[in-house]
Amino acid sequence: MMHLTALPVLLPLIGGFLLLFTGRNIQLQRQLHLALMLGLLIVSGLALQTALTGQYSLYQLGNWQPPFGIVLVLDRLSAMLVLLTTLLALGALVYAIATDTDHQGPHFHVLFQLQLFGLNGAFLTGDLFNLFVFFEVLLLASYGLLLHGGGRLRTRAGLHYVVINLIGSTLFLFAVGTLYGMLGTLNIADMAQRMAQLPAEDQGVVAAAGLLLLVVFGIKAAMFPLYLWLPAAYAQAPAAVAALFAIMTKVGLYAIIRVHGTVFGEQAGALAYIHSQWLLLLGMVTLALAALGVMASRGLREQVAYLVLASVATLLIAIGLNTAEALAASLYYLVHSTLIAGAMFLLADIISRSRAAMQDQFIPGPVLPNIILIGSVFMLIAIAMTGMPPLSGFFGKVMILHAALAHDWYAAIVAVILVSGLLMIISMARTGSLLFYKAHESHGEAGPASKPLAVAAVLALLTAAPLLVVFAQPFTAFTETTTAQLLNTQAYIEAVLSTAGDLP
Amino acid sequence: MEWLIALAIGVMTACGVFLTLRPHTFSVVLGLTLLAYAVNVFLFAMGRLTIGQPVVIDATATGYADPLPQALVLTAIVIAFGMTAFLIVLALKARSELGNDHVDGLHISNKKNGARR
Repeated sequence: MMHLTALPVLLPLIGGFLLLFTGRNIQLQRQLHLALMLGLLIVSGLALQTALTGQYSLYQLGNWQPPFGIVLVLDRLSAMLVLLTTLLALGALVYAIATDTDHQGPHFHVLFQLQLFGLNGAFLTGDLFNLFVFFEVLLLASYGLLLHGGGRLRTRAGLHYVVINLIGSTLFLFAVGTLYGMLGTLNIADMAQRMAQLPAEDQGVVAAAGLLLLVVFGIKAAMFPLYLWLPAAYAQAPAAVAALFAIMTKVGLYAIIRVHGTVFGEQAGALAYIHSQWLLLLGMVTLALAALGVMASRGLREQVAYLVLASVATLLIAIGLNTAEALAASLYYLVHSTLIAGAMFLLADIISRSRAAMQDQFIPGPVLPNIILIGSVFMLIAIAMTGMPPLSGFFGKVMILHAALAHDWYAAIVAVILVSGLLMIISMARTGSLLFYKAHESHGEAGPASKPLAVAAVLALLTAAPLLVVFAQPFTAFTETTTAQLLNTQAYIEAVLSTAGDLP
Repeated sequence: MEWLIALAIGVMTACGVFLTLRPHTFSVVLGLTLLAYAVNVFLFAMGRLTIGQPVVIDATATGYADPLPQALVLTAIVIAFGMTAFLIVLALKARSELGNDHVDGLHISNKKNGARR
């Protein structure tokens, strides 16, 4: 399949336009959208299968040779993230359909597909300006999805989210412009190559542009002090959208790994890995503040938003450690945290709906319908999310902590991760006992029982936790080979710049 | 010419940052627009400032202007235009739902609480 590399990008784009033609026929939209998602799942699986061979699959748009044209590059990391996005989106979509979220306003399905278009494009592109364009696509779709359904608080959170991201886009352009002015290219592989021959007097400007780019990705990834938009936006978004947004922060992390890891990699001389120290330090601050935020939250959805922030901070630390072992561990933790955070947002919405007037606020509420089932699922997700054994969060954290032991600051890193983990465990225990043990019939009427399909979507995402433990050995082997591929910048440069590509 | 371009970018960025920090959505929209203008001129300047050079192939030309920043600026303009349009609609929606154009909608929530009491 010559065009396989481009299909994960093209399919959601075409799908989005197809969905536009269905008008307001919600049943047709749902069937078509599910069919499209199954198609995307097959394509993502095939893409991963191709990437597993260890080769880079290139797709040169318009058959322009890199570095002159835009090129899509499929490697192990891209393929893994595309598949991860598809799985998460499938769960979120099923939940949206089960709870009629998609029926609360027009064009939910169209925006959902365009969001996937932007996400997959950002994961696959090998061109810095093209990355900017895909960022804009996914942001614009996310604005629409965040505001889906309307409401005062949602509008306010949406306004903040849009403004901070527009500022981020402007900074992105400044950084891209400076890098282009200094290096004379926008192709990531070509930039990495030219970094090796950078004259000493230009190093300061390029370092400034690189760190400005880190600020931009830091906004997306919600890095301290740029995370303040995240709790409100995630807590106010419709549940299915919030679940899909679990991958949005990971796009920022992916961009740091891809752009900074390649351009400011080993070949960059004096500028090699200028971002690592910053990531490590800011990741630790973010994690400490996120743990405090988890403790101080007044509602379950806000708490889950802070838990997402904590998982991002853990990943920032792991990437900042800047060793092969830490990077492999971060990829394991990334897959785990994305799927579990998605499940947790959906569960928070189920609980919120069942508690009727109490919603997700931390006040003793009525006895939920299916309280045994919902409470057990809550406990499992909380165990996975806070990183307690025996689920996948524990193994991810152990690997990251093990990698941290080799670092000079190991005492501080281990202390921050463990203490914040303890704070999160205490908060989740408190939340669970408040929601499920202190529930009493005298506290008011419970809402309707949740639909089986909605619970099934949560359970499907949750199965990732035991699966990642059972298949930990093959999966860590995969993350290790992925890391080896990532760190081999020279092979990436050669693959992108020297081949004629797949097209005839 | 360099100082003029640099001054223009600097002044527009400064005004844009100042306006973006203002508490009302209208100023914020204007500020973001100014920032977008500044970055567009900046992108142009990154292709180096040249006068009278052709962009596309010309047999008599001694040198060429860099065509890539022009493509970038065109894309950036389109995106900034779309984003500004979206932001204005959102600001109007916030104005009608929150009752004023403060970015936090603070005054109205106080006033409403007061009215309820």
